Amino acid sequence: MSATVESTIAAPRTGRIDPKYTRDKTKSGNFEMLAWLFMRLSGVVLVVLIFVHLFSNLMVGDGINGLDFGFVAGKWADPFWQFWDLALLWLAMLHGTNGVRTIINDYAERDGVRFWLKMVLYAATTVIIVLGTLVIFTFEPCLVGADGMLLESSPAFCENL
Amino acid sequence: MSTATSAQAPAKSGRGTLYRGNEGQWSWVIHRITGVAIFFFLLVHVLDTSLVRVSPEAYNAVLGTYKNPLMAVGEVGLVAAIVFHAFNGLRIILVDFWKGGTKHHKKMLWTVVVLSVVTVGAFAIRHLMLALGGH
Repeated sequence: MSATVESTIAAPRTGRIDPKYTRDKTKSGNFEMLAWLFMRLSGVVLVVLIFVHLFSNLMVGDGINGLDFGFVAGKWADPFWQFWDLALLWLAMLHGTNGVRTIINDYAERDGVRFWLKMVLYAATTVIIVLGTLVIFTFEPCLVGADGMLLESSPAFCENL
Repeated sequence: MSTATSAQAPAKSGRGTLYRGNEGQWSWVIHRITGVAIFFFLLVHVLDTSLVRVSPEAYNAVLGTYKNPLMAVGEVGLVAAIVFHAFNGLRIILVDFWKGGTKHHKKMLWTVVVLSVVTVGAFAIRHLMLALGGH
């Protein structure tokens, strides 16, 4: 009886997987297990990062009415928020990319379609992560015009520099 | 053998299986849909924020288009997707790592739903009052 049940449902643990379900004959190590673990670890961290992000940007002060160039400049003048947003960018993009990768693997059955969808996904992810990282670290909050005066959009602390 | 096989086969009676059509499958479907929606928003969100590197005028102009009642309602929808995905994600972690996870997964899902409604309700009241409150 137990042998019958095992032959029906225990394939993943025994490694006896019907060849028709294995797309890739080469061994890929334990990448899929690490990806599974990353989703859980990054997920817990992202809950904290995103809830604080939403609260500090939309719930306190004037909320959405207070958002403008000066607000972002004031936030990123502080390394704490630079690294907060950097962690948010990298973890959210990698978490989201792995999620979409899983969905592509699930629904795109033709090898070529699946390959190119994932190439487009990885290209978009690379562009967004590199762009976002550069913006956070090359950002200049106190811009001056051609006349050497601070622009009106500059946050208040620029006056004291 | 025959019982084990029929338990795995698609239900023909229309009553579903333990998983299909029940809390487990629906939470999985909604988790995927909210996840994809949040991912596409994230791509746009990094691009619009990157405009601070172009010029203050460009950034303020794009943010100005977000400050209207229709977008305010859209933002509540986005936050609802994020909050459900967050709480349901924590439930998935409990199902995977906590010994009692699989036994209590349905109760935990309804806890997720109640917590999400309360959280999104509180956010919606504050956000809509700010966005629509005659500033």
